[in-house]
Amino acid sequence: MDILPILTTLRRHKITAFLVILEIALTCAIICNAVFLISQRIERIHMPSGVAEHELIQIELASIGAKADEFARAQEDLAAIRQIPGVTQVASVAQVPFGSSSNNAGIRIDPNQPKSMIDASTYYGENLIETYGARLIAGRNLRADDYRSMDAVMEGVRSGDTKLFPATAIITQSMAKRLWPDQDALGKSIYIGKIPLQVVGILENLVRPSIEDDSTANYSAVIPIKLAQGQYVIRTAPGDRERVLKIALEKLKQNNPHRIVVQKRTWDEIRGNFFQNDRSMTGLLIGVCVALLLVTALGIVGLGSFWVAQRRRMIGVRRALGATRHDILHYFQTENFLLATIGIALGMVLAYGINLFLMTKYELPRLPATYFPIGAIALWIIGQLAVLGPAMRASMVPPVVATRSV
Amino acid sequence: MFSYYFDLALRSLKRNRVLTALMIVAIALGIGASMTMLTVLHVLTGNPLPGKSQTLFYPQIDPRDMADYEAGEEPPRQVTWIDGMNLLREKRADRQALMTGGAVPVQPTQSALDPFFSDARYTTAEFFPMFDTPFRFGHGWTAADDEARARVVVITNELNNKLYSGKDSTGQTLRMKDTAFRIIGVLGDWRPNPHFYDLNMGDYSGVESVFMPLSTSRDLHLPLNGSRNCWGRGGADEAHFENASCVWLQFWAQINDPAKVAGYRDFLEHYSQEQKTLGRFQRPANVRLPSLMEWLDINKVVPSDVRLQTWLALGFLLVCLVNTVGLMLAKFLRRSGELGVRRALGASRRAVFGQLLMESAVIGLAGGAGGLLLAFVGLWLVRRQPSDYAELAHMDVAMLAATVVAAVVSTLFAGLLPAWRACQITPALQLKSQ
Repeated sequence: MDILPILTTLRRHKITAFLVILEIALTCAIICNAVFLISQRIERIHMPSGVAEHELIQIELASIGAKADEFARAQEDLAAIRQIPGVTQVASVAQVPFGSSSNNAGIRIDPNQPKSMIDASTYYGENLIETYGARLIAGRNLRADDYRSMDAVMEGVRSGDTKLFPATAIITQSMAKRLWPDQDALGKSIYIGKIPLQVVGILENLVRPSIEDDSTANYSAVIPIKLAQGQYVIRTAPGDRERVLKIALEKLKQNNPHRIVVQKRTWDEIRGNFFQNDRSMTGLLIGVCVALLLVTALGIVGLGSFWVAQRRRMIGVRRALGATRHDILHYFQTENFLLATIGIALGMVLAYGINLFLMTKYELPRLPATYFPIGAIALWIIGQLAVLGPAMRASMVPPVVATRSV
Repeated sequence: MFSYYFDLALRSLKRNRVLTALMIVAIALGIGASMTMLTVLHVLTGNPLPGKSQTLFYPQIDPRDMADYEAGEEPPRQVTWIDGMNLLREKRADRQALMTGGAVPVQPTQSALDPFFSDARYTTAEFFPMFDTPFRFGHGWTAADDEARARVVVITNELNNKLYSGKDSTGQTLRMKDTAFRIIGVLGDWRPNPHFYDLNMGDYSGVESVFMPLSTSRDLHLPLNGSRNCWGRGGADEAHFENASCVWLQFWAQINDPAKVAGYRDFLEHYSQEQKTLGRFQRPANVRLPSLMEWLDINKVVPSDVRLQTWLALGFLLVCLVNTVGLMLAKFLRRSGELGVRRALGASRRAVFGQLLMESAVIGLAGGAGGLLLAFVGLWLVRRQPSDYAELAHMDVAMLAATVVAAVVSTLFAGLLPAWRACQITPALQLKSQ
């Protein structure tokens, strides 16, 4: 196909051609960035947690009256839950991964460091690692003699008696790598304030309850402190969750009716809630992409029809001079391909510019080059589909048009 | 002339329905998307207390020890119990209040209702006059109630509806956490957006259902909600928070005279130095005194996702407009013959230009109407989202007018180039080719 005659014709329709190119460029630029944003959100939604995702239930209770002898009462609750058929593990916890409410602490590897190195989430509670199903990849699990009770720790805070604090901790792999990039973290100590905790085990992963920065999402430490806060996590087979939750609530109510159920849900719901905003943003971005492509396609159809109508005589003459229908069809398809290509080239530059803007304003990463072809292919396809109708109509123009109205 | 052009525009638009529909749909989509997002942004960036906000300030002081010290760092975003109480006692501002969030178990006397947890605000007395809260029944409490740890409570209209079916409940007894409280006030409809006085509760969360004196909540050891930051030997349990080195309270000050703001800042500076001499503070004095609106900026309350979505919608509108320019150009040039005749019959370029712009304006109006409809659908979709600002996404009169104006102005703007181009037609040439 000859490109030169097409270019000559386009030169006579500078404004219209320019508008098509501009529209394609803008669409291409926005789509490249939108697809990148979508992929980032989807990746975030699938963030690994390190826990037995489909086996967990959370129940949170709050007592109405004054609290008395909480620890013994919590033991009764745990015993009652453990008896439910199907329950494999249960723990009294202070926070759940992706649960939003969290305890965090500044971590040092030397008590004399002027600033803490990282901020990590601190998990407390007996039997927590087994219940959450976090995988220990090095070292040992926490033992009964590692644990201190929360009351003792609080007493230690007030009196300054360090013997009341726990002395060990288990941390995640990513936290260990951040603290000691080239060394084995096992046996070393982390410090919360001046309190040393020896790292006795490394977890493959355990995500934080609330995430400020995705790159530190897995900085968690499990510290052996016994709790009685009325928040329980139960582990059971996925199919048993509904049943176990119901029975557990009944048993807990029997144990102490003078309290309110604040939270009862499966961990899948917790995860769903946590990423709700990302999911709706993904939906919105997909919607905008579709709408953009649709508007662009309709624009091309509209302008294509106009061009075909305007060039009826020219087409007739060409047909009379021996051009086949195929040639005419090809002519319009090539024309669209040319315009799309110029638009896409311009769109790439624009996409890069938009990305720079987003990087400075919204702390987004750089747009990887692999996203550029996505916009290009999308627009080439849309362009060809959109021009097909008008081009077909053009190819139907009979040669006799050339002789009429002269 | 105007009505004649309007008539011409309608006729011309009817002649080419598909093209007209395409243009209107494009404008409607672009305007609908943009106005949805701009409305959300408009709601979220609004002033929670119009007319009052410029007199409200959020003092920040730095009571931390030297660990993690970095010069010029922002002081903590809350205050300790001791500092809050000191600032409150000094009474250097026209009004001041110390507060924190919590949750209380409400035990309704009606047997039909199970006990439930309600969000609560524990605050000192001047909260109500300082924030101009409307009262449906009764009133707030007094400084004497604060002092006496009185078992008094102010509830929201919503809770009053739920428990007392909207009747005047002042004087009634409300049981919470096995304690009897006397209801002394019921708030009218009040939902400041954002939830500026404590941004730890969710930036756009609703007002707490229960208000009671801070001293009372401490006396009864009621559960706390919100953020707390501790340092040094901090980290105490809730019952011992008064002496802990933790920030967990919000302190607000009302300063009516702008000339006195600098004076208050000096007072904070002086206070910090004094505390340092006493050995309580260790860092050099570091105070800030943002006003309410500045405080919202510092906390970046408007979600960045919403800003991003607004940019996206505006980008989409731009594409829609470029699309409309192209289509309008096609439409106008197609009528070169007709325009040529008009020109040959004596119509000036200006007249033809006016006629074509009128056609754009009609498209803009139709697109605006469609856009408005789509914006309502869009806002309805936003309200179905799970975020805490969702229920606020409503169109107000200003945004409604802005939608229509934006549609017409942008379409007129899009019509400029095609109309100008169509005016350049030489009448003779067009007539010849007929």
